Amino acid sequence: METVRKWVQVIIGFLTNSSWSFPFTNVIYQGPLKVICAPGLNCYSCPAATTYCPLGSIQQLLGGLRFALENGQYYFGFSVFGTIGILGGLFGRMICGWACPFGFIQELLHKIPTKKFAIPRILSYGKYMFLLVFVIVLPLVLVDEFGSGSPWFCKFVCPAGTLEAGLPMLLLQPNLRNSIGLLFLNKFVIMTIFLIWAVFSSRPFCRTACPLGAFYALFSKVRLIKLHLDEAKCTNCKACHHVCPMGVKFNESPDDPECISCLACMNKACQFDAISLEIGGIPLAVPDKGLSPAGKS
Amino acid sequence: MSQTSHDLRKKRPIRKAPFVVIPIFLILWMIGVATGEPARVLEQAIQVCLSCIGIG
Ligand code: SF4
Ligand code: SF4
Repeated sequence: METVRKWVQVIIGFLTNSSWSFPFTNVIYQGPLKVICAPGLNCYSCPAATTYCPLGSIQQLLGGLRFALENGQYYFGFSVFGTIGILGGLFGRMICGWACPFGFIQELLHKIPTKKFAIPRILSYGKYMFLLVFVIVLPLVLVDEFGSGSPWFCKFVCPAGTLEAGLPMLLLQPNLRNSIGLLFLNKFVIMTIFLIWAVFSSRPFCRTACPLGAFYALFSKVRLIKLHLDEAKCTNCKACHHVCPMGVKFNESPDDPECISCLACMNKACQFDAISLEIGGIPLAVPDKGLSPAGKS
Repeated sequence: MSQTSHDLRKKRPIRKAPFVVIPIFLILWMIGVATGEPARVLEQAIQVCLSCIGIG
């Protein structure tokens, strides 16, 4: 199942970044597919991006809301919130585990063999602050003399933007390099910190700072597809605690907002079939995990 | 299969919450589409976002 998940990550990563003409054109994709929302964090200024980034769009729409309203355009971001709300209602943070290119990049970095460190649970609240303050409140409230707000998260934080768009665009368009200043330096440092941190801890950006992960986490109890704990079968052996890349203690918190439905606890840890995948309460059959009563894979 | 057919047949109540949440966001999406928002989103998405790159 882990192989299937990896392939899904690769395929969705390619589908959301499938415009490979940029080395010849030196510009980003500008076709009609960009009206489609990327399910995960995927910068739409990445030269290969064929979809729009929900976080970037929300900030742009809210930042331009005053101007839009003056022109009789009611651009509150409903279509974007609607899209990621539908995705959240269906999958919740399963999107993080299966369909986010930046999550995938962090997973790959975490495979580098080093000593690994846990992330204190308290840091997981940071992402809700970024969602509320940097994605919604600041673009809406702090405006310039023309009434326009800035995309605060994109501008000051987003490491996916720096990695997927900033560095490639600076390579493709040398004239942009003259504009490099403190803003870029700040974002470059933040990106470097998260990428190095990802080597030592599992998915640090997803867990501490991703506003999209925070949004999808709001659906942890109500999403259609999620894992189910059969309490009658659970022996409290805690095997599931040790395999979780998100620091979830599944049998203590089966609807945990951090769970990205990677299925590691179900497939690699639980020997008592206490964990199953369900759709709206209906249990799904899952492939054999290859566990024997004496040991696990 | 890791679960027996008996396990899979065991009755669990259907969770209603997703069937409330998803239509709410579907309606929200339709309102956004009706206001012409996707055209604005597309307009923004096809331009290079200087903030995303870190120079604007
Ligand atoms: S609780 Fe299980 S499915 Fe969820 S992230 Fe942890 S290991 Fe993956
Ligand atoms: S691995 Fe299975 S039995 Fe053990 S604590 Fe987790 S759910 Fe319970």
